[in-house]
Amino acid sequence: MTDQVSYDDVEEGAELPPASYPATRLSLVKYCGASGDFNVIHWNERIAKAVGLPDVIAHGMFTMAQAGRYVTDWAGPQSTVTEFGVRFSAMVVVPDDDTGATIEVSGQVTEKLDGNRVAITLTARSNEAKVLTRARAVVRLP
Amino acid sequence: MAVNRDYVGRTFPASPPYEVSRVKIAEFAAAIGDPNPVYVDKDAAQAAGHADVIAPPTFPIVISMAASGSAVADPGLGLNYAMVVHGEQYFEYERPIMAGDVVTAQSTITDIRDAGRNVMLTTSTQIRTTSGELVCTAVSTLVERGS
Repeated sequence: MTDQVSYDDVEEGAELPPASYPATRLSLVKYCGASGDFNVIHWNERIAKAVGLPDVIAHGMFTMAQAGRYVTDWAGPQSTVTEFGVRFSAMVVVPDDDTGATIEVSGQVTEKLDGNRVAITLTARSNEAKVLTRARAVVRLP
Repeated sequence: MAVNRDYVGRTFPASPPYEVSRVKIAEFAAAIGDPNPVYVDKDAAQAAGHADVIAPPTFPIVISMAASGSAVADPGLGLNYAMVVHGEQYFEYERPIMAGDVVTAQSTITDIRDAGRNVMLTTSTQIRTTSGELVCTAVSTLVERGS
């Protein structure tokens, strides 16, 4: 959680501080249960490899959720997300160890819009690959 | 089997009412690892201007996927679900989903197109309260990988 950002204080082009989020096998099991998405490629290494994947992969929506957290942490509690979209461009591969994978998120204020809204362009990487592209959120700030 | 283009424009029946609970929101927030108090603490949510705890921005997928999932599983559509990956996701919010909301989701297949050997299928799902208030529109693009 950060302090509250206000619309007037935000400048177009401002870079947001990067943040990293872990994705472990336990994260994926919990996400399966909470989301109801029990696709075996998110928890069964044997089947994931049998269908040609390098290992178990994270749900795209788990990765998107980390990017969402990044935006709401920056924007503060008085903000409201009005739009949020991503393209899933690469898989987040989650090895069976204590560390798992790391999702690194960075962002930039790309546009100040009317109605106290700002557009944030996001980048998410894991294991050197860009896992989200065309990732953009619009947030209404106080 | 090819994906049936005749399904473009088809709207499926709305899902049964789904009651958003504080417990489910808290479970979802814990699963994504987000400790933000507005998802678990009513006082924190109220201090932020909400009537009750709100859901994280990606929570609507839990509701929209149930509706769009049954649409894309329609046998007449001919989508091979074993070869499907999530390509794109977009949400437009009228307001955050909140504990106590009772909502339904209704999906329309808005586009089916070829992309090389793959087929891209886009659904747009409206999440409305049972009194008809639009809360969120979720647009999902699924990719059926060509073999």
